[in-house]
Amino acid sequence: MADMKNPEETTKTLSRRDLIKGVIAAGAVSSAGYLFRSSGVRAAQTQSAAGSVERLVTLNINGQQRPVDVMKQETLAMTLRYKLGLTGTKLGCDRSECGACTVLIDDVPHYSCSVLTHSVRGKKVVSIEGLASADGKLHPVQQGVVDEQGFQCAFCMSGFIMSAVGFLKVNPKPTRTELAHGISGNLCRCQDYDKILTALLKGAENMRRA
Amino acid sequence: MPTNKVNIPNYRLLGKNYTTPDMVAKVTGKSKYAEDFRAEGMLFCKLLLSPLPHGRVKRIDASAALAMPGVKAILTADELPPPAPFITDDGVMIPADPRAERGLTNEPLYQGEPVLAVAAVDELTAAEAIEKIQIDWERLPFAVDPMVTLKPGGPNARTDGNVWVVPPPAPPKPGEKPAGPPLPQVQDFKWTDAEYAEFKQGKLPMSKPSMEWSYGDIEAGFKKADLVVDEAFVTPNTSHQCMETRTAMAYWQNGKVFVHCSTQSTAQTVPAIARWLSIDQTNVVVISEYTGGGFGSKVTSGISLTIPVLLSKKVNAPVMMRVSREEEHYIGRARPGFHGRMKAGFTKDGRLVALDMFVVTDGGPYGPQGDANSSGRIVSLCYTPENMRWRGVNVITNTPPRGAQSQPGGAQGVMIMEPVMNKAANKLGLDQVAIRRINAPAGKAGIGGAIKGKRDHVTSAFVQEALDKGAELFRWNERKSQVKKSGTKARGIGVAVSAYSAGSIGFDGLFVIKPDGKIYIQSGVGNLGTESMIDSHRVVAEVLGVPWEQCVVTWGNTAKHLPWTCPSGGSQTIHAMTRAAHATAMDAKQKLQEIAAMDLGGTPADYEVGGGRVFRKGGGAGLTFAQAAQRAIKLGGKYDGHEVPETVSRMTKASVTGLAGQGLLAAAKDKYKRDGITNSYVAGFAEVEVDLETGEYRIVDYVGVADVGTVIHPRAFGGQMFGRTSLGWGHALAQKWVYDQHYGAPLAKRFYNSKPPTILDVPVNNFKWAAVDIPDPETPVGARGIGEPPVGAGASAVLNALVDALGENIFRRAPVTLDIILTALETGKPGDDPLTAHI
Ligand code: FES
Ligand code: FES
Repeated sequence: MADMKNPEETTKTLSRRDLIKGVIAAGAVSSAGYLFRSSGVRAAQTQSAAGSVERLVTLNINGQQRPVDVMKQETLAMTLRYKLGLTGTKLGCDRSECGACTVLIDDVPHYSCSVLTHSVRGKKVVSIEGLASADGKLHPVQQGVVDEQGFQCAFCMSGFIMSAVGFLKVNPKPTRTELAHGISGNLCRCQDYDKILTALLKGAENMRRA
Repeated sequence: MPTNKVNIPNYRLLGKNYTTPDMVAKVTGKSKYAEDFRAEGMLFCKLLLSPLPHGRVKRIDASAALAMPGVKAILTADELPPPAPFITDDGVMIPADPRAERGLTNEPLYQGEPVLAVAAVDELTAAEAIEKIQIDWERLPFAVDPMVTLKPGGPNARTDGNVWVVPPPAPPKPGEKPAGPPLPQVQDFKWTDAEYAEFKQGKLPMSKPSMEWSYGDIEAGFKKADLVVDEAFVTPNTSHQCMETRTAMAYWQNGKVFVHCSTQSTAQTVPAIARWLSIDQTNVVVISEYTGGGFGSKVTSGISLTIPVLLSKKVNAPVMMRVSREEEHYIGRARPGFHGRMKAGFTKDGRLVALDMFVVTDGGPYGPQGDANSSGRIVSLCYTPENMRWRGVNVITNTPPRGAQSQPGGAQGVMIMEPVMNKAANKLGLDQVAIRRINAPAGKAGIGGAIKGKRDHVTSAFVQEALDKGAELFRWNERKSQVKKSGTKARGIGVAVSAYSAGSIGFDGLFVIKPDGKIYIQSGVGNLGTESMIDSHRVVAEVLGVPWEQCVVTWGNTAKHLPWTCPSGGSQTIHAMTRAAHATAMDAKQKLQEIAAMDLGGTPADYEVGGGRVFRKGGGAGLTFAQAAQRAIKLGGKYDGHEVPETVSRMTKASVTGLAGQGLLAAAKDKYKRDGITNSYVAGFAEVEVDLETGEYRIVDYVGVADVGTVIHPRAFGGQMFGRTSLGWGHALAQKWVYDQHYGAPLAKRFYNSKPPTILDVPVNNFKWAAVDIPDPETPVGARGIGEPPVGAGASAVLNALVDALGENIFRRAPVTLDIILTALETGKPGDDPLTAHI
């Protein structure tokens, strides 16, 4: 087995890497509720109970004050998806690579998979569910996407729309190239970039007209 | 009797843009993908993945994990149902394959293969339980590079060998149903010393193949040749990396399993799950309303969904398995990389008279992929060699399982052949468009090898038309003479031809015209983003002459009575399901005419259908659809679905019964004739600009012209043209796997290191697409699929443009990264390693 010169070294490397991987995975998802430490388990456990302590905080989500129990290490994406039932925010990578989880925090687009929920206390969070008005009228950017049949599978769509809405707040009249740069932190694996850009530009135009 | 000659003159709906009915849910975040469902008492599971590229589980100690509060159960490979034989709907017996992939394994064949799973009250507890499990491993030899395992004395990826061989099918016994395909076998195959010496020279040995076919007389072809080009090329392994991973959630109720999953094909996933679990398909319900991309990796979802399914049975509670991005790298499928060598003979006017094609595929550990054979078939179609031999070796490696990826095999074949076409044109002093035009398929062109002297042929091909239209849109002739180099920048242009299968036949359609006058269409197509799930049903409204707004489409849940539908893979849907929709609309039309004749006198032929009514020809008495629906319910029998048509398949029959009595029910199987195999074609044109100081290059602009018959929904079509072309660009620019060969460990597992194109990598401002707009003559509305051929055209047009900008001595593999270009410019030799995989 010429390709396995040093199996000892292999064991150590792999097991340590796996351990680290596991710790990261555990850290990223821990809290109460569905994914998170359920309360019964928490009471019975000592070792990781410290990491699971929740505090009741009130968050401003889509214009509403929402009280919610949050762990120290809980990410905003998890709070939105698993505690507040706002599943329109998607997880594509959970590591700041793809932008599927983008939400606005005080009008600025952020990757919610990589923002701690505690850090948004006192700030305004807007997710895809918060764009349309209460009577169901779509936000002009959403309307632009509908008008132009933007996106394919749409798993990346809410992230792109939130990025675009954030970008348009600072540059309401972008060129195609400027908008492409504005949303370049978002990945689309259907690679519908051409139609996405056309749709979001239509959204920008809708916004200016509104 | 259905014929192909049903002309629908001046389409009202087909070929027009409209808004698909899933858009508002998508933009508001209300669309639910697999991970967005919750069920009462839902548990979570986590996977233990193999740390070894190849090993055997000697002992599992899960006691500490199982003792943790909140841990509900462990599932190991020992608890999976054994691989079982099954019988297809057509009565063909598929034998059990002991080497087939399963959800979990005790002998992982690649690093990251799932070994066991733990279900717990929450995901953190499950993840901690996994950390507490101890496994004693036996290490086994491994190979991650197909070239390494072929060396004399090289390690084998499987204990019994390193190459797949598929025995020829047994001849059918008289009076018996034809036997299913024979099981693939594994062989131990190594190069001879002479072949190995050739490999060390940087040449791919044309060794003993494990598969081959041919047509014509290749020796005679080479004798006719004025020029012989002999080139090798390496294409990358590329993960599908769908934005949505293959997360799944399952629960059991009254002996039925409900599976929320991410799949390309709603209807087809039912028998797949039934097969994996060895249960009857009537006990499987698939819910998949929205799927976050597939590209071939989720044709019937993935076998990994059996893990939450079996755990939920074991613990009698719903179980969600969230698949992380890294896990998706392992279990999420990838396109097999190819090592290919082409020996091609051309006459001096550019005609390809002989082609000897040899490919080695890097196939991962499970089952031989169809890619190898497809690569030969597509090359034989795209460039119509007069005489051809194709040979292949399907190598087994300890790398994640491969699966079909947009234009599977075809893209690799085109990428290996295009540099040869390019070189031949340059050597012969011919124009690049002209040499492809001379060799382009036309009409009922041949495809693949000859069996008893006869080859298959395609339904139609209009590739010369596509090349002409593309050359004009791209201004090829003008741009040919432009200055290539200015200062530190070099520019080049390239063209490539590509083809792929684009439609199947024989599936069912189903809809009900209800007393509210609306048409309720049942769609078994998956909603993976191509919109063919909706687009194909526009044919119903077109044929029945009703506004589209009068149609309501139900999809995404097999409990809602869906018809038997083609797999949404290989771009079959728009072809297969427009045919089924057409047949079903004709069934409705017939029933409407019969009801009108019964009520209003005369014969059915005296009536026509249009504007939501059935009425006497030339105007006069008639019934609205609403009235006819009421009459159908009164009449019962075949009119409202109480009598089930014999011709439709098992799943459709059950769905007809489920919907019976609600209105006028139309159900039919596509039995339209087809002469030939349906393929679509693309001619791609690209310009690139290279920075000679940094090696960076960008695609300046691109034109893609498709020969796809009737375009049904232009905007969705344009999305496929751009998206699939862009997938091809990714193969040229950056996407690949990288392995630590010493440990057999993958290094490019995430987006940031496998580098799929971002919006800044592609020419979003300078992309044009067009279609030749000639309907396919072998299908009712003339439509063929488009999702495949743009890939190879996109990759190769860019690579050919790079050669035009920099010359021939730069690269021998894709992707072409800037370091390859810089090294080549500096040394005057190709800047890449010719044959090593995964670097
Ligand atoms: S999920 Fe947050 S960036 Fe990908
Ligand atoms: S539309 Fe599918 S990932 Fe963007």
